[in-house]
Amino acid sequence: MNRREFLNVLAAAGVSGLAPTASFAQAEKNAGKIYDAPAFGNVSLLHITDCHAQLLPIYFREPNVNLGVAGMAGKAPHIVGQNFLKHFEIPADPMLAHAFTYLDFERYAGVYGKVGGFAHLATLVKRIKAQRPGALLLDGGDTWQGSGVALWTKGQDMVDAAKALGVDLMTLHWECTYGQERVEEVSKGDFAGKIEIVAQNIKTADFGDAVFKPYSMRNVNGVKVAIIGQAFPYTPIANPRYMVADWTFGIQEDNMQKTVDAARGDGAQVVVIISHNGMDVDLKMASRITGVDAIFGGHTHDGMPRPTVVANKSGKTIVMNAGSNGKFLGVLDLDVKNGKVADFRYKLLPVFANLLPADPTMQALIDKARAPFKSKLDEKLAISEGLLYRRGNFNGSFDQLILDALIEEKNAEISFSPGFRWGTTILPGEAITMENVLDQTAITYPYVTLTEMKGSQIKEILEDVCDNLFNPDPYYQQGGDMVRVGGMNYSCDPTATMGSRIDNMTLKGKAIEANKTYKVAGWAPVAEAAKDAGGEPIWDLVARNLRAKKTVKTPDLNLPKLKNVDGNPGMAA
Amino acid sequence: MLNQTSRRQLLKNGGLLGLIATFGAAIPRLAYAAWNKAAFEGKTLPDTYKAMGADGPKESGEVQLIASDIAENGAVVPLQCVSKLPNTTQIAFLVEKNPNMLAASFDIGPDMVADVTTRIKMGQTSNVIALVKADGKFYTATKEIKVTLGGCGG
Repeated sequence: MNRREFLNVLAAAGVSGLAPTASFAQAEKNAGKIYDAPAFGNVSLLHITDCHAQLLPIYFREPNVNLGVAGMAGKAPHIVGQNFLKHFEIPADPMLAHAFTYLDFERYAGVYGKVGGFAHLATLVKRIKAQRPGALLLDGGDTWQGSGVALWTKGQDMVDAAKALGVDLMTLHWECTYGQERVEEVSKGDFAGKIEIVAQNIKTADFGDAVFKPYSMRNVNGVKVAIIGQAFPYTPIANPRYMVADWTFGIQEDNMQKTVDAARGDGAQVVVIISHNGMDVDLKMASRITGVDAIFGGHTHDGMPRPTVVANKSGKTIVMNAGSNGKFLGVLDLDVKNGKVADFRYKLLPVFANLLPADPTMQALIDKARAPFKSKLDEKLAISEGLLYRRGNFNGSFDQLILDALIEEKNAEISFSPGFRWGTTILPGEAITMENVLDQTAITYPYVTLTEMKGSQIKEILEDVCDNLFNPDPYYQQGGDMVRVGGMNYSCDPTATMGSRIDNMTLKGKAIEANKTYKVAGWAPVAEAAKDAGGEPIWDLVARNLRAKKTVKTPDLNLPKLKNVDGNPGMAA
Repeated sequence: MLNQTSRRQLLKNGGLLGLIATFGAAIPRLAYAAWNKAAFEGKTLPDTYKAMGADGPKESGEVQLIASDIAENGAVVPLQCVSKLPNTTQIAFLVEKNPNMLAASFDIGPDMVADVTTRIKMGQTSNVIALVKADGKFYTATKEIKVTLGGCGG
């Protein structure tokens, strides 16, 4: 669909009442308004994060459950749907509401089309940079993982695309799951002189030496800007430790403060962090570290149209989070006067592929990278009758499809699927391709496991993951969502303390017994032993299951019974 | 410098600590003090404190316990304690939920900087206490360190 056709669809939608305020003129005006906002100040920093290797435009449904507990309840980013629109004062513009929320997703996805795609993003980056000479492009990480092509090329397609896009600096998370050697190979090879990896919190496990530069000083229009990197602190815990055996991570607050102070001492007038902490961790860190002007956040995939400004001992820090899957470009304009930031403007621009023509050079690069794998990726496995998505605290319909496949193919009683936040969305009636399945599963430790577990172990696992999501102290959270559970039911009180959130565990109506053994199927084991156990890659299992089904009904979401979250604005009413 | 530590940790860290000692400005004479058997076998916090002669230690802002919030590997958890209290003579690490609470104890000589680093083993999420003896009195700093099953992130 070209731009003209797209606008015609908008017009038709307006007539049919699909999108009440959308009309031909309105959409055109909006597109101009969104993408041509004038520059401000003298230092501009652009930000992408967590694209998860999505080089082509995709659909991505934002969550309808993103609960915050304790001090985080009801605050950004833990707000969804109508509450989100109200909180961020998003004007009555269905296009923006569609970009930032799940509301009426199927309807508006049909109207506005796909989002993201590096060729369209490249056009937007060029457009924004043209108005902002000297602007830097920062990448928050989770760039090399999330698609079949990225997996099969060890992230090479993304390395090439990031270079072509003009990324200046990046930090890390899933990149590390290709192994520390691969990251160092890219850092010293493809990236040399082009893209700098920064990470103040990655050190060698033996003597605590820095693996990457903690920060990089750049001159932007005569202003010294220090960009500090904060990699995902819990990489060796949330992902297999053996992949980064010689590196240690962690939050490392003391070292962060020292790094900020060193950058200031080195004459930095602006100090920013590209962070893969996750937004709650960033907010806490901003309240405790002084001297940071802005944190460009990622990991938790929160598309925040407006930053949270956090006060600390000696100033204020702007905390942003730029969503996921290539859906958004963050633009921070700073007015630096007398050696410090005097004022700022921030915009999180949704990348609507139909409003931004594909950049031909980038498109050619993408097509070339995909060509060797195209026939495999394009295989239509089954038709989906319903909307398939992943994002949400407790389950997503694509996860349910994986859970069902695990139980059926492994003849298990119970199935577990990790609470990843990446993974694209499929509209009702669309074919599920092999590429779609890989978008949900493409990791370097994809092994399917079948384990005999005692009821007490199942409870321990659910409690452990639940605490990673709902610990009242963000420094003890790991990001990600609750492990998805098939076959069995349970109740969850996110506001309870560690070890006492999970209750009422049942299997087919009967209570799960602590000492009884159950057959549990899962995937993505982090233990090194699992590597040699010969487990089938999850995408092969799911593909086999789908091919046999031919048509997939709308999955029936297995959700825990939630307690003490009534009225929480992080959950759709 | 290193008078007492758990036997497992001594084996693990002996080489590293030895190396650090050789770079130290003041190298104290190493001498083994009497093994405080009762303290290392204490099963409850009051029992362990009692065996160490540390009844009712006070929380102090001058004692800093540096450790990660979530352990990357429960089998090797790095801990650091820095005491800014004058006349610090002992630094010990206790893990509330380990079967034996006292994980390591260091005697600090007069020429030494009261700053020690070690690695301990933790079976589960627990409060970890840095216990410091200074001027004959005991002070603490406490931090919860989470030990998790891992996986499922991101």
